[in-house]
Amino acid sequence: MEYHLTTPLPPEELKKIKIGDVVYITGTVVTARDEAHLKALELHKEGKQPPVDFKGIGLFHCGPVMKKNEQGEWTVVAAGPTTSARMEIFQDEFIKTFQPGIIIGKGGMGARTTKACQEETCIYGYFTGGAALLAADRIKKVKDVFWYEELGMPESLWLFDVENFGPLTITIDTHGGNMTEKRIKKIEENKDKILQNL
Amino acid sequence: MMDIAQVVEDTAAKLLEISATKLPSEVKEALIQDEKDTEGSLGKSQLKAINENVILAETFTKPMCQDTGLVSFFVKIGDKFPIKSEVKTALIKATEKATEKVPLRPNAVDMFEGNTKNNVGLRGYVPWFYFDLVEGDKCEIIAMPKGGGSSNVGKMKMVPPGKGIKGVKEFVVEAVAAAGPLACPPYTVGVGVGGGEDMCMNLAKKALLRPLYQYHEDENIASIEKELKDILNKLEIGAMGLGEGTSVFDVHMEFAARHPASLPVGVVISCWALRHAGATIDREGNVEWHPH
Ligand code: SF4
Repeated sequence: MEYHLTTPLPPEELKKIKIGDVVYITGTVVTARDEAHLKALELHKEGKQPPVDFKGIGLFHCGPVMKKNEQGEWTVVAAGPTTSARMEIFQDEFIKTFQPGIIIGKGGMGARTTKACQEETCIYGYFTGGAALLAADRIKKVKDVFWYEELGMPESLWLFDVENFGPLTITIDTHGGNMTEKRIKKIEENKDKILQNL
Repeated sequence: MMDIAQVVEDTAAKLLEISATKLPSEVKEALIQDEKDTEGSLGKSQLKAINENVILAETFTKPMCQDTGLVSFFVKIGDKFPIKSEVKTALIKATEKATEKVPLRPNAVDMFEGNTKNNVGLRGYVPWFYFDLVEGDKCEIIAMPKGGGSSNVGKMKMVPPGKGIKGVKEFVVEAVAAAGPLACPPYTVGVGVGGGEDMCMNLAKKALLRPLYQYHEDENIASIEKELKDILNKLEIGAMGLGEGTSVFDVHMEFAARHPASLPVGVVISCWALRHAGATIDREGNVEWHPH
């Protein structure tokens, strides 16, 4: 199935989506990698608010290449997904705390994220790894950037307006399904077979 | 008088641009062929996205991937090439220049001072250089940026020497299986065997520079390369780790002598974006670009 959704993503729509489905997002997407996750969670612990309300929007594991144009405005040069597995250690806490609607990344995520997605009605979509220009093409506007001076270009929170951002292959749904984990299991089985026959 | 250091700098900056924006032709062809051959729609759509993206990068001279990598250069300096240590300075300048111009993503992070914002480390190690001294009056430069995601799945093991070549193969299979969907497959796998714990990794990385489907000139090694390639595809990782399409385009191996007590094996894995570009400069400053 193919879905075209607009942020904030309605939970009842998210619940319809199953692993293997393809989703396109229009609306707000914010980039966040390791450092930004940590910083947002730290702020929350101190009782402060991060500068972006993540609720219902797309959280994009991405460290883009950005450039200022002649008018001094930021433009996107390249913006593909980064390996999501690095975020596994705090993604569940992040989902519970900030309730994004969809996590966008590559390489899939693990059991903790899957559980949080199920509990908080969030999905995980796979953007083709490295396809940075396709992604950039769907970003219509750079709305804002936060923590640039402190964290540097790849780790900042870049707030984007996107249109038909995708295709995002859903590998974690709201029902506890995780396509990547299944694939990893299969790869492990294949590996055992290969090693036996070497 | 030609400013040879300037030629080195400009050439290297151009090589960084080429490598970031244009795949070596045989890698490009392999990806196109894989899109044709892949039957499942999940895998096919991933390859289609990759191929569209590669064309966009080439057409607009923009980085094909936002991770423009940590920069390294493989350099061969001829005895009679007019400059030696200045080559290093020129390559550092080229890195700063390309970061600004292409642009490349600033990827050099200092543990204590944070991102240097120009891809040059604060402590003299980044970009990383592999220097070789050769006969003649030329200087060959190959730029190889490598992404963090694919570097994170690299592995090294001191295999017990008693396990011999079987132990080597086992470790390669384990390393690629562990990489699984993490590092943007289809992969190309470089394997270095022997030397020491450091050298096997260097060799593995260097092996990635050999064009796809060009096997080692030693037939013994070539047959292991082919065998491993077939075996690794049975892991069924597939494009982007979704299980459909080629898992591994090729395996390239380099062997060095080893200490009798050790059998170091290094595995360096490249994502689909196997990026490198080279040129040779002569003593007059004429530049010959390597086929790309
Ligand atoms: S693994 Fe390669 S293609 Fe994927 S994001 Fe990293 S550099 Fe880009």
